[in-house]
Amino acid sequence: MKGMPPETCGMSRLDSAVGSMKDQDRPAGRERTVRCIDPRAMLITTFIYIAVVTSFEKFDLLGLLPLVIYPLFIMELNNLSPGAIGRKLLYVSPCALMIGIFNPLFDNRVVLHLGSLAVSGGWISFTVLMVKFVLTASAALILAAICGFDTLCVALEKLKMPKVFVSQLLFMHRYIFLTADEASRMVRAHSVRSFRRKGMKIKVFGSLCGQLLLRTLDRALRIRHAMVSRGFRGDVPLIRELKAGKGDTAFVFLWTAFFIIARCFNLPQLLGAFVMDKFA
Amino acid sequence: MHMADALISPAVGGALWTATAGLTAWSAKKLNEDFDDRKVPLMGALGAFVFAAQMINFTIPATGSSGHLGGGMALAVLLGPYAAFLTMASILTIQSLFFADGGLLALGCNIFNLGFFPCFIAYPLIYKKIAGENPSAGKIFAGATLASLAGLQLGAFGVVVETVASGISDLPFSTFLLLMQPIHGAIGIVEGLVTAAVITFVWKARPEVLLLAEKSSAEGFSIKAVFVGLIAAAVITGGIFSWFASVHPDGLEWALFHASGKEEFRNPEESAHSLLAGIQEKTAVMPDYGFKNSRTVQEDATASEEQWPAVSIGTSTAGIVGGGLTLFFAGLVGFLLRLIGRSRQASPGR
Repeated sequence: MKGMPPETCGMSRLDSAVGSMKDQDRPAGRERTVRCIDPRAMLITTFIYIAVVTSFEKFDLLGLLPLVIYPLFIMELNNLSPGAIGRKLLYVSPCALMIGIFNPLFDNRVVLHLGSLAVSGGWISFTVLMVKFVLTASAALILAAICGFDTLCVALEKLKMPKVFVSQLLFMHRYIFLTADEASRMVRAHSVRSFRRKGMKIKVFGSLCGQLLLRTLDRALRIRHAMVSRGFRGDVPLIRELKAGKGDTAFVFLWTAFFIIARCFNLPQLLGAFVMDKFA
Repeated sequence: MHMADALISPAVGGALWTATAGLTAWSAKKLNEDFDDRKVPLMGALGAFVFAAQMINFTIPATGSSGHLGGGMALAVLLGPYAAFLTMASILTIQSLFFADGGLLALGCNIFNLGFFPCFIAYPLIYKKIAGENPSAGKIFAGATLASLAGLQLGAFGVVVETVASGISDLPFSTFLLLMQPIHGAIGIVEGLVTAAVITFVWKARPEVLLLAEKSSAEGFSIKAVFVGLIAAAVITGGIFSWFASVHPDGLEWALFHASGKEEFRNPEESAHSLLAGIQEKTAVMPDYGFKNSRTVQEDATASEEQWPAVSIGTSTAGIVGGGLTLFFAGLVGFLLRLIGRSRQASPGR
């Protein structure tokens, strides 16, 4: 395969994205502990978690540490692979990394000495930013992996999201696999005919995307005809029932209480002081 | 240009979430008022198209780098602003849930930057003005290129304002602006040309598709109403979410302070956050990585600089020990759960 364009040698970016979506949807079909929790409860807890994590001071690395427990607990309880989530985080980390890396450059006041190593405020705020990134992004990935996309859409509708938006999410989620598959075939066809030329010219990209768009429009028309013939009037009925019980309420309240306690009290500091007091 | 949750504060994220939720509800209402059942499957299919097209890279001449289609402007031209905004919102929602590309709290910011600006600003104010009532290939090309460029520039400006207002990055506003705008100017030109190429291609092959968007685009569109709604939403939510905000002056306050010499909007005594911060202050030995006793001394120090406390080895050691123990316990919880899971798998009958 040496010398072949990247798309033909292995998986293209499209293939890997679609594969990743399928993988993430797959565990949602299995029976798992937190899957018994109402998706609305998971959604609300995740939002509260993210809000609490992002509310920490830019230098409060220690205070942030107890919040590691939530994603770790949910991941382990549901047999989610930390490696798979870690790989996705690595892929999207450059954005946070690129903005955060300026902190050590602009804030070089030494605030901590670890032996002979002087640590500046910028490095601490950069570390806090990256920890926040890992915690918040993994919480979102865990939410989707546990609940599954369809169930999340039902939860969004029950939480009074506009129906047309929920229908759009469901439609798009289904079409992505078809369209991406078609796009992937087109890109592969271009690659094997481009005689080892790397990349795609803008002009070629324009017509390739234009062709893909025309095929998409044709597909949309066929789908519409099929749907209208089955009684479609612009609304996708979601018949799945959601029942929130005491366990769901307890799930939200207990985790929220933990997040608030972790936000209000510096637990690692208190723990450290207690241990030092007892054993020193 | 997708922002992560780690880059924004709850106040900024919450304000933009509310603004975006309002825009979503408004767009859904507008779509329902002028209902066309062709639009729903078209929106789904075009959303999937943009998602796929964003993964196909083209080579940017003479740079060695590559770019991809943004999609916001193409959707606005093909679907009209309301349907395009909802489609863009759905693409970003799926990207944040499946790929962590843009956070959940930052979803409001991302939809605003990548959906609101191209659909509700650049499309009606630039593309429609240039393309006019009787569009030609040349007018469509010029309109789509300029509108895409403007949409991307406004989106990049949004990222700068939202990040600086959150106070997470130490990058000064002007430096950040000088970094972001030229880069996105260059990307915007290329993306504009590509968007124009795709739209012109469709216009030549299927002009009726663009006419469908024309029908629902500018009728009853009031940019003034959008702005009034957005400002109201931002003010209300900013008030609520600022409870979670930092005790340090954030970027917006910093900008106000340097512009007026006063931090007029700071009133920490009255916020719920100050209550929470007060509790933490009382209980923490090392608040804000600081130390109780050293704080009063520091308050008298130079006012213009952000202050750092003096270092005490005892409290530092307590912090390091406590941090280590916290991580140890978190790991232990994970390890125990894994053991329980394995034992359950080994004996499924029980």
